[in-house]
Amino acid sequence: MTVQELPGSAAAAYRPTPPPAWQPRTDPAPLLPDAEPYRVLGTEAAASADPELLLRLYAELVRGRRYNAQATALTKQGRLAVYPSSTGQEACEVGAALALEDRDWLFPSYRDTLAAVARGLDPVQALTLLRGDWHTGYDPHVHRVAPLCTPLATQLPHAVGLAHAARLKGDDVVALAMIGDGGTSEGDFHEALNFAAVWNAPVVFLVQNNGFAISVPLAKQTAAPSLAHKAVGYGMPGRLVDGNDAVAVHEVLGEAVARARRGGGPTLIEAVTYRMDAHTNADDATRYRADSEVETWRAHDPIQLLERELTDRGLLDDEGRQAAAQAAETMAANLRERMNADPVLDPMDLFAHVYGRQTAQLREQAALLRAELDAEEEAR
Amino acid sequence: MTTAAVKPATMAQALQRAMRDAMAEDPTVHVMGEDVGTLGGVFRVTDGLAKEFGEDRCTDTPLAEAGILGTAVGMAMYGLRPVVEMQFDAFAYPAFEQLISHVARMRNRTRGGMAMPITVRVPYGGGIGGVEHHSDSSEAYYMATPGLHVVTPATVEDAYGLLRASIASDDPVVFLEPKRLYWSKAKWSPDAPAAVEPIGRAVVRRSGRSATLLTYGPSVPVCMEAAQAAEAEGWDLEVVDLRSLVPFDDETVCASVRRTGRAVVVHESTGFGGPGGEIAARVTERCFHHLEAPVLRVAGFDIPYPPPMLERHHLPGVDRVLDAVARLQWEAAS
Ligand SMILES: Cc1ncc(C[n+]2csc(CCOP(=O)(O)OP(=O)(O)O)c2C)c(N)n1
Ligand SMILES: [Mg+2]
Repeated sequence: MTVQELPGSAAAAYRPTPPPAWQPRTDPAPLLPDAEPYRVLGTEAAASADPELLLRLYAELVRGRRYNAQATALTKQGRLAVYPSSTGQEACEVGAALALEDRDWLFPSYRDTLAAVARGLDPVQALTLLRGDWHTGYDPHVHRVAPLCTPLATQLPHAVGLAHAARLKGDDVVALAMIGDGGTSEGDFHEALNFAAVWNAPVVFLVQNNGFAISVPLAKQTAAPSLAHKAVGYGMPGRLVDGNDAVAVHEVLGEAVARARRGGGPTLIEAVTYRMDAHTNADDATRYRADSEVETWRAHDPIQLLERELTDRGLLDDEGRQAAAQAAETMAANLRERMNADPVLDPMDLFAHVYGRQTAQLREQAALLRAELDAEEEAR
Repeated sequence: MTTAAVKPATMAQALQRAMRDAMAEDPTVHVMGEDVGTLGGVFRVTDGLAKEFGEDRCTDTPLAEAGILGTAVGMAMYGLRPVVEMQFDAFAYPAFEQLISHVARMRNRTRGGMAMPITVRVPYGGGIGGVEHHSDSSEAYYMATPGLHVVTPATVEDAYGLLRASIASDDPVVFLEPKRLYWSKAKWSPDAPAAVEPIGRAVVRRSGRSATLLTYGPSVPVCMEAAQAAEAEGWDLEVVDLRSLVPFDDETVCASVRRTGRAVVVHESTGFGGPGGEIAARVTERCFHHLEAPVLRVAGFDIPYPPPMLERHHLPGVDRVLDAVARLQWEAAS
């Protein structure tokens, strides 16, 4: 028998109570990213940008470009095992480093040695992983840079946990985690963003959308309107920014870090940029993308964009350009010289850090290697 | 086809050909993974498959190993035969949940009602100068999981035959490809492929009378070289290529050890809790009265895989194999 068939007043008794009015837990509108990547350079807003900041960014970008070129050359010469270059992405790398205070933490991926160097890490130490003499060439605590992370997206939960721990302790420390567009497909990306939002952790996620995950274009990675839109589903703001506009990147990152620091919670930033080089020196990009596409992006080069602004405003002349180039050259010469020296290796290190207290089994194996090395030495 | 016409092929090419032939014969075979389509895989093992069969048959997936294997489970449920590629050994770990909780035990959970004809291809092992997470030997994890076959070729011919057999298997196979042998060559013709052997048969690569080297995958060439070098010392070594760790060919292995009376297990994976422990125990249990010496193991050290500049100290080489052979209590025999 249906409700309609019930006679008169009895019908009311059978009508189900309506559910309570449904309210979204968070208003999604303020979380939404802009429709277009946020830009400063080439817009009216550029005129009010601080000249000192522009010049600092310029010097860092020029140095970063030179660093990438030098590391690439060293790889060709066999001095590095592999180099994932961030050429074309310098504005993001430098922006990430400059956004943080000393006490903050950076969680870089394998592509982000430049961010680590811009944060103050010794370039040789930053490149240790890629040279192949050890996995991490620096003490993470010294500059508060977590080990360069290769298993994609796995560094993101770490950043959330560290930020959460800092907040529990009452420290106003922010963690900045870096990841590529492809990495956002991994489960750890989802889990990290969800934890961050639920815990209101002081963490900023910077996605460098450089168009590709090795050969796979973004279109095969996601059907979302943008990667920044993913933020809304977690209840955090998403920001879309032109990743080749150093001033815009600096501003957006700065706002997100400040927001995290004052207890406002996490932000997801998608920086739209482009990987100008192949995935690594071992990759052949001609197999999956046209040179013409690369050329299109060359016209939107982060250094050129900034240089144009500086020149237009009369803040940079040939002398200034040369000074920046010269400083970069000095850094490169120093890096070259130091990387051309063979690293001093002790094979016994293989057993030194597996456990805090070496096991009897490892002592046995260490003795075996020691005997082999001694015999090798004797035979020489 | 005459032998003269047979050109050398690499292991990578033989693997590609195995997938190609399987796809041509069976429309339910689907290849999927990261960069397997347009690029043809970072090792070019799937080169040309997307072009020949279309992107629905050879698919660049989103970058998520759990998703790749999880969706393969669903595809298998609906009658497809997925061949998934994990880009590197250590990047298969996000897929562990799907592998251990579903792929391995679906047949058992459903009392045989639902099989999982999935091949999980995993490039594994070191010796290629890879930076961290690119050189793991993870076979012990897979071996320890009931429901999975674990197969690994050491020759170009076997790469073809074993991959065909794995794809044809109605049970899931973790197919471990020794990445430093990808570019190894042999005169091999896909037009006259070796008979496709069922999974689970070891093969004697070199016969000898003094002792047996039990090995697989990347360590097979090392053992062959060691056997050659051992001749100068007066040892005539037999080399058994296991080819399949699960199922394990007790018959071939024990027949060899009973004949020689001595055995050394050689692999790159760590020794402690590694495959060699299981192998040595099985041999001891079955051949005890034929053994002249304890079964020894030569393995990678019990350490995280080292950085490229130190990996030569870690990898079991010819000298370590010969040292182990020397410790097989020869004095007692004379
Ligand atoms: C879990 C995991 N799977 C696969 C890989 C192999 N891999 C290394 S880099 C890469 C592409 C990453 O692309 P993206 O996240 O866009 O970063 P990009 O390299 O473009 O900076 C892949 C598939 C890996 N490192 N980790
Ligand atoms: Mg990318």
